[in-house]
Amino acid sequence: MTIEDLLARQAEELERLRRIPERLYCCTAAGCLSSGGDRVRRALAEEVERRGRSAAVEVCGTGCLGLCSRGPLVRSAAEDALYTQVEPADATALADPAGRAPLAGRRLDDTAPFFAQQTRVVLEHSGHVDPERIGDYLAAGGYGALARAVSEMTPDDVIAEVKASGLRGRGGAGYPTALKWELVARQPEGVKYVVCNADEGDPGAFMDRSVLEGDPHRVLEGMAIAAYAVGAQQGYIYVRGEYGLAIQRLQNAIRQAERERLLGGRVLDTGFQFRVDLRIGAGAFVCGEETALIASIEGERGHPRQRPPYPPELGLFGRPTLINNVETFANVAPIVERGGEWFASIGTPKSTGTKVFALAGHVRNTGLVEVPMGTPLRTILFGIGGGVPEGRRFKAAQTGGPSGGCIPEEHLDLPVDYESLQSIGSIMGSGGLIVIDDSASMVDVARYFMEFSKAESCGKCVPCRAGTVEMHGILERLARKRGRPGDVALLEQLSALLKETSLCGLGLAAPNPVLSTLRFFRGEYESAVVEEGRGAVQGGGAE
Amino acid sequence: MASPAAPARDNRPKLLERAMSRHQYAGSALIEVLHTAQELYGHLSPELLEEVSRKLRLPPSRVLGVATFYHFFSLRPRGEHSFVVCLGTACYVAGALGLLETLERRCARAGTTSPDGRVSVDSARCIGACGLAPAVIRDGRILGRVTPALLEAELGEVGVP
Repeated sequence: MTIEDLLARQAEELERLRRIPERLYCCTAAGCLSSGGDRVRRALAEEVERRGRSAAVEVCGTGCLGLCSRGPLVRSAAEDALYTQVEPADATALADPAGRAPLAGRRLDDTAPFFAQQTRVVLEHSGHVDPERIGDYLAAGGYGALARAVSEMTPDDVIAEVKASGLRGRGGAGYPTALKWELVARQPEGVKYVVCNADEGDPGAFMDRSVLEGDPHRVLEGMAIAAYAVGAQQGYIYVRGEYGLAIQRLQNAIRQAERERLLGGRVLDTGFQFRVDLRIGAGAFVCGEETALIASIEGERGHPRQRPPYPPELGLFGRPTLINNVETFANVAPIVERGGEWFASIGTPKSTGTKVFALAGHVRNTGLVEVPMGTPLRTILFGIGGGVPEGRRFKAAQTGGPSGGCIPEEHLDLPVDYESLQSIGSIMGSGGLIVIDDSASMVDVARYFMEFSKAESCGKCVPCRAGTVEMHGILERLARKRGRPGDVALLEQLSALLKETSLCGLGLAAPNPVLSTLRFFRGEYESAVVEEGRGAVQGGGAE
Repeated sequence: MASPAAPARDNRPKLLERAMSRHQYAGSALIEVLHTAQELYGHLSPELLEEVSRKLRLPPSRVLGVATFYHFFSLRPRGEHSFVVCLGTACYVAGALGLLETLERRCARAGTTSPDGRVSVDSARCIGACGLAPAVIRDGRILGRVTPALLEAELGEVGVP
């Protein structure tokens, strides 16, 4: 299709949507599906059909609606409201816009605290677009940014726009996206690759999964724009093997985009070509590290490689390679379309835009939330999340998974941005945000993450391979309240060693959960040490 | 993932061959090919690994190295039914360990299959269903907010006394 065709298609799809007065968007993300969302969708479709109202009410699927703990969720487009905990039996009431009074108690509109304090950029299509239909994406203006890039902008213009936006990598480290793009663009012409890192491995993180499941075209469009900017013709999406639904939706989206000539040989009838292939991970956390990910795409064990040279110079198959995370790519199309300045107006001066968090653990509203960078943690956990369930007290929030740290109550007013989190020994991470209540032992939390890092260490470098085993052994003792004198100091020593000498991010960051819990909950460690010549403290260590 | 029964006329070799030829027998497609092989046969037997190594012209050590590096690949036959307990942070703090212990007591240790070949038990590193913690995947289907009673019912369904 040409650019004129694209504009015509967008208008046509929009018109199609306008002709239908009511659309019921059933959340088809993994969370709602496992609480019976597919049965609700079927029941609704049957009910609409039975009443012969197909022309007035359309039942369709959509990406994650956010409030996973109250699924299955159905969004009414006409009312712009959300129905929670919908059961197949509710189909009769929902199918008729006039008959919804009985559901009033389970109806939420966008003034509910869960929604009112969110700003949606990455997730803006959730509840508005059916991820299995490219038409819906086009109706929302989809692929307009790609068209604009390839027809009106030079690759340098695109990079300048991204630079103006201040976008930083959403995978956790926060490296400025435009700088990475520039590095790849500056390499001599030839084969280059664009890789989307969708190997979301942090336990407690499901943001990328939701974006891939809910808006796969958004990621493809972002990758295509990036490829145009850096001069690549081939892209890979490296997805976790555990994400079956995301894989299926991506395959479907790639096929649709190729059919419409939005990907492939002659994108939008211009000279730009870009193909995307999927590579399915096979269950190795370390493959989220960029050089290990490259090794895995090449069909090798996921062993990280020494950097430098960095992937922008020497990456996949020895070629210059741009690697960005799913959420980073999902931010690209709106930046190109609405301008870098618009994006930079959201968030804080150094951390622009929004961040998606997966909120879970001991919190009332678990699910997916998107807030401007700089939003205080308290707003996210207590305003949006609804706080800790009755009868328990907040103890800490954990960000960044096994590479991150814990944030105690006294820092709840901290604005959530890259620098602030770093200043107290945690990291932004990819967006997992786990609330821990006072029933949990922080030593056990640290032990849990160290067990994870130990098991996932690839074994290539000694500090990580042996260090995580040693640290885990000490934490096991401490968790059983059988710590030996000197254990805490030894933990600190080993932490410093791992941070200084590990080859890749896994080992470098593995001590973070220990260091951060030591910083704020040192007493718990110290009380787990048995003084020489004395019995176990508090008698907790029976084996 | 139960191992699919061999159909009357076994076309699995042909399907595996097709997967390899689609990637032009490139060594870089090893992981993709192993995925297909495991999908077709349920697990990666020594013969299967040898076949892949020959066709892709890779040393057997490299193929075995990759097959054992990634948790996804199973070198032993899987049970008829499978239970995977998510041990992600949210599930862990919601008591997933207790569920795993029940399964280990009743069926098999994590990472193994019960002696009668009925049930495989595994743990996973966060399946991304944190809103539904604790989560268990039974035969590919995600079960959310699993209580001991619910797990009991599921075990009953697959015939574990």
